Amino acid sequence: MKILVCISKTPDTTAKIAFADNNTKFVTEGVQWIINPYDEWYALVKAIELKEADPSITIHLVNVGGADAEPIIRKALALGGDEAIRINAESNDSYYVAAQIAAVAKETNYDLIFTGKETIDYNGSSIGAMISEFLDQPFISHATAFSTEGSTAIITREIDGGEETDKINFPLIVSCQKGMAEQRIPNMKGIMSARTKPLKVVEPITIESLTSVVAFELPPAKAGVKLVDADNPAELVRLLHEEAKAI
Amino acid sequence: MSILVFIDQSEGQIKKASYEAAYYGAQVASLLGTEAHAIVLGEAKEDLSILGNYGIKKVHHFSKSELNQFDAQVYSAILSDACKSLNTSVVIFSNNTIGKAVAPRLSVKLKAGLVSGAVALPELSNGFVVKKSVFSGKAFTYVSIQSNIKIISLNSNAFSIVKSTEIAEVVNFESAFPNTHINVVSTNKVTGEVPLAEADIVISGGRGLKGPENWGLVTELATLLGAATACSRPVADIHWRPHHEHVGQTGLAIAPNLYFAIGISGAIQHLAGVNRSKTIVVINKDPEAPFFKAADYGIVGDAFEVMPKIIDAVKKLKSQS
Repeated sequence: MKILVCISKTPDTTAKIAFADNNTKFVTEGVQWIINPYDEWYALVKAIELKEADPSITIHLVNVGGADAEPIIRKALALGGDEAIRINAESNDSYYVAAQIAAVAKETNYDLIFTGKETIDYNGSSIGAMISEFLDQPFISHATAFSTEGSTAIITREIDGGEETDKINFPLIVSCQKGMAEQRIPNMKGIMSARTKPLKVVEPITIESLTSVVAFELPPAKAGVKLVDADNPAELVRLLHEEAKAI
Repeated sequence: MSILVFIDQSEGQIKKASYEAAYYGAQVASLLGTEAHAIVLGEAKEDLSILGNYGIKKVHHFSKSELNQFDAQVYSAILSDACKSLNTSVVIFSNNTIGKAVAPRLSVKLKAGLVSGAVALPELSNGFVVKKSVFSGKAFTYVSIQSNIKIISLNSNAFSIVKSTEIAEVVNFESAFPNTHINVVSTNKVTGEVPLAEADIVISGGRGLKGPENWGLVTELATLLGAATACSRPVADIHWRPHHEHVGQTGLAIAPNLYFAIGISGAIQHLAGVNRSKTIVVINKDPEAPFFKAADYGIVGDAFEVMPKIIDAVKKLKSQS
């Protein structure tokens, strides 16, 4: 079985979010870049767990990004990917990015493609579904558990207010979230072997973008907290009822 | 040209998020000088003409039992046909689990630019620009859609509804659709609880509550207020509470009217998931807890002493109203 895991480069969860050039550019100075947590903790680690149970599985990684994405790709290889493909393009249009990944995926006929449920920067939550449409394959979103039974996948996914378990034949695309797997730290053997694992760079296909970012904006600052004395919590309830009209 | 709103009733009834999408779609229609239509797939369990209350003129209903079960591949094929036959210019979804699975597929089918997580009406003064939430609620971005057909999926609780007494015309819709590849084995719904993503009020607990046995303080207040319950990441990680209650950057991002945090320090990752809430209340015994900087109201005090008094005060309030 061949699995493709899509990984995106995002700012660290604690990164300071600031914008420059009249709010048109994200300030990258001092920002630590990481593998998007959903891609790493849930999609990639789940693929590694499947490979540990069945060593005949190969795991390919794909990233759409510039050369500066290579450190996070190497980290993903250190965790347990077999080889990686970097599509040499930068874009925040999900249609463009998904089309690039689909073009690469078509060449190898993967049984399974994993993505994170969304990236923590653009929060588009679109790439997995778009790839599945480009490939005309089924898509299961927000998966919280995944196992296989021959040529069938058994997947539990989140639905609003609960969960659903589905059986579905390969090939398919799955977006992964909390529950699928647990975060891991690469070991020394992994880090050493990652240096020599193949990381192929391919040029993007020609395809238009359908959207573009015009500007960013930070939310307005809070006016400040109104503290209520711990001896009189009833006052808090009064404020929430009469002033905030929240209860 | 018209606006088409996807109404999600796949889990038995029309969701609040779909009413918000309907009302939003009607506002987009009036900006563009056209009509808002809605589409419903699967057998209806309620009177669809009430979508008129939210500004929908016409409801296209594809009533077929095979469509009661959601499948993104099937739904997007039908919606694509509907958009073509209705000459749709803008399609509106709710940005929930269903919308996130269907809207991107439709985007590819129709080559229609998608903005997911919209928080405001499009601005038309310079193209078609939609404001959306990014960096897990820590910022917004304005995205321009260049394609002819445009798709917007709306964040829940981002847009308040004003209802009217109008009713919509309901017409039948039919189109060919592919067979589903998905075989649903089981569905496990949390009954009797308010769905977290759509809740108006959310009561949330953190490690300050010291153990799952103390969650009565959270659930009692939640029951009194008709609220959903949530928790911080460490609480879900140590299995005091189920994973689906985890709100924050790597859990669920929510935007209720009231977010009530008990014993949560307010790490930046937690704030990212809740800072779109309209009013934030923080109960924490540490006056230095970072959450107070993001809060509207707070009490510096021991949750085990403060919460029972708050619960009593809410009971008193409820008995008066």
